[in-house]
Amino acid sequence: MANRSKRIPIQHVVGYVMSIVLTVLAAWAALNSNLPVIWIIILILALAVIQAGIQLFMFMHIIERGTGHAPWQMIFHGFILAAIVVAGSLFTMSFGFNHDHNDDGGHEQHEQHEQE
Amino acid sequence: MNADGSNAKPLEYQTKEGQLNILGFWIFLAAEIVLFSTLFATYAVLFNRTADAPPPAELFEPGTVLVMTFILLTSSFTCGIAIHGMRRGSVKGLMTWLIITLILGLSFLGFEIYEFVHYAGEGATLQSSAFWSAFYILAGTHGVHVTLGIGWATLLLVQLAQRGITSVTSRKVFIIGLYWHFLDVIWIFIFTGVYLIGMVV
Repeated sequence: MANRSKRIPIQHVVGYVMSIVLTVLAAWAALNSNLPVIWIIILILALAVIQAGIQLFMFMHIIERGTGHAPWQMIFHGFILAAIVVAGSLFTMSFGFNHDHNDDGGHEQHEQHEQE
Repeated sequence: MNADGSNAKPLEYQTKEGQLNILGFWIFLAAEIVLFSTLFATYAVLFNRTADAPPPAELFEPGTVLVMTFILLTSSFTCGIAIHGMRRGSVKGLMTWLIITLILGLSFLGFEIYEFVHYAGEGATLQSSAFWSAFYILAGTHGVHVTLGIGWATLLLVQLAQRGITSVTSRKVFIIGLYWHFLDVIWIFIFTGVYLIGMVV
């Protein structure tokens, strides 16, 4: 039995099954659940991050004998930069613009001015 | 922490050159994450700017996308098994699993090409709107990476057949293993950020 467990890479099998479960869960949340859209987006993005972690730690052996600390530090900072680029672009280019032309935000400010 | 309980480093880490090459590849992958982040940012900003072309929710098919995701996920798993076989010193196991990985990679590409042709037929091409440009560039860049990976791994298979597992070939195979898993990491975010969110919003 000990020999057998060496033959079959348990870690990879566990990682694979977990990835499939997370994918199905994300697809279900997006297509069949009745959660509010914003919660679906937060949930499936969280699931994606967990699944990326499974790839990095269980498949790519980002931490193992011989690698040192540099790989996970590189990738960690890569993801931080990616998050800043995506969130920053959305923040500067998209958020705060209202395409529905119902000007709620502007109206409130106007009323405040009148009170003063 | 070693899975097989032995104290020796895997073959690909035993020379200084091998260690540095693998470290260098991790730096490359970190840069690739940032490269893809710019494409994701472009896509996110241009989301729903479809002009006269059909909106994504109309064209995206959950079935096709899920099949593609499972194919790539499985290919990442078989690639991991290939590396595992290499560390056990089995050339035959390594090559078999690597070939299976490549077949899965090719079928993924087949689905992606089918998908793009289908969208183009429905009137959503690279030129039809800002949104679809961003979509094709993001998904297409990933597809190009998969294509390159298939060519690269094919060349490595030839080297493996000629030279077997040495400290040089094992390092090369380990590095393409990292590359292949990385493609799945990017796909997870395309699957989630592009397809799932595109079908929800």
